[in-house]
Amino acid sequence: MTEIKDRGYANSDVLVSTSWVAEHLNDKDVRIIESNEDQLLYSTGHIKGAVHVDWTTDLNDPVRRDYLQKEGFENLMSRIGVTPEITVIFYGDKNNWWACYAYWVFQLFGHRNAKVMDGGRIKWQKENRELTKEISGYPSTEYKALDRDDNKIRAFRDNVMQHVNKKGLLVDVRSPEEYSGKRLHMPDYPNEGALRGGHIPGAKSIPWAKAINPDDGTFKTAEELRAIYEKENNLKPGDEIIAYCRIGERSSHTWFVLRNLLGYKNVKNYDGSWTEWGNLVNVPIEK
Amino acid sequence: MGQPCECSYRKVIKNMSNYPSKLNEIIEMLLLVSDQQERRDILIDYAERFKEVPSEIVKRPFPEENKVPFCESGAYVWTLPHADGTLKFFFAVENPQGISAKALCSILAVALSGEKPESIIKIDEDLVYKIFGEALSMGKNMGLTGIIQRVVRDAKKYLNSKI
Repeated sequence: MTEIKDRGYANSDVLVSTSWVAEHLNDKDVRIIESNEDQLLYSTGHIKGAVHVDWTTDLNDPVRRDYLQKEGFENLMSRIGVTPEITVIFYGDKNNWWACYAYWVFQLFGHRNAKVMDGGRIKWQKENRELTKEISGYPSTEYKALDRDDNKIRAFRDNVMQHVNKKGLLVDVRSPEEYSGKRLHMPDYPNEGALRGGHIPGAKSIPWAKAINPDDGTFKTAEELRAIYEKENNLKPGDEIIAYCRIGERSSHTWFVLRNLLGYKNVKNYDGSWTEWGNLVNVPIEK
Repeated sequence: MGQPCECSYRKVIKNMSNYPSKLNEIIEMLLLVSDQQERRDILIDYAERFKEVPSEIVKRPFPEENKVPFCESGAYVWTLPHADGTLKFFFAVENPQGISAKALCSILAVALSGEKPESIIKIDEDLVYKIFGEALSMGKNMGLTGIIQRVVRDAKKYLNSKI
């Protein structure tokens, strides 16, 4: 695979290689964060020194459907020993799907010192790199977070409705079967409660995993990504785009690709996604 | 995970009074563990002891009819009857990172094999919460519940075939 810096990304600094991580395991200015779909996976073995951030319990409000508020984020960062100056490196299972989700949530609070380990857990394991069950603890920090900013990279249903009304661009990153309305959920995944199938009017179907090399979970080169998003689907870097999926996790992966690897400045993630839109009364749906 | 209060502990124990005894023992043990990491370690231990269905029973590719719907870890269930009327369960989990699915299948294989269908059909879907706690995502919960539903469905099938 081509070196990250030679892949033509708009911002190659957001990715680090597995080799880079291996060389920075003891770097006090780096905190490695594992974020997975399966809550038990971290405890079976993780990169030495990595902390666990669980998307269900650590990133979400415990009661309402929303993310952490400022205080909760500060507590999380304190618990994992992170200061604004520390660079956090996300990695995880499922081709970094949840790592990108955590990365996106961190951006709501403006933690800019953040990167993703290209290839995630699968690449690390395929390279037979060491995993440990040893839990690393770090001294608590005093982290002063910015107020959560939902305006720049997050879309709510009213924003989506306005976007639809002005015929804005939307990217549906779910499977083609979900997009077409044949299914209400991914193949082999449970139906998480949508009453209607289909997609938001005008949305283009670009499944999230197209951006990944399936053999090692790494991101495709910028040229390959442009072929998918620009040549095949006519997106342009200046476009205002809203990405969505089922609950906003897969679309945070696509948001990461468009925003950071291709340099699209006006991309938002609609985390309400189909579990909200597919249940809303009297909103337009296409099949 | 905090220490369960006595009232909720009694409620859970009461609700599972009809469960097979080996399953009850496992749940009681998990309920008594107040440390979240310790509980995870126990579940991982079960996952590591997971034994895939032997090739004498079935060979790959596994039949679709044994696949658990909606389980993102690719779980399969096989149920075999013994002459004494008890059942034995075998499982496969195709996703190597499906640790929670492996842990649940391992527990079910240990706790339910050798039980009669009459006792297995009393298991309810709350079993997922009793084993994994309440901090599961909806998707994960539904996938794991699918494994339990499949086991109970098979037990009902054998029970009905006896009638």
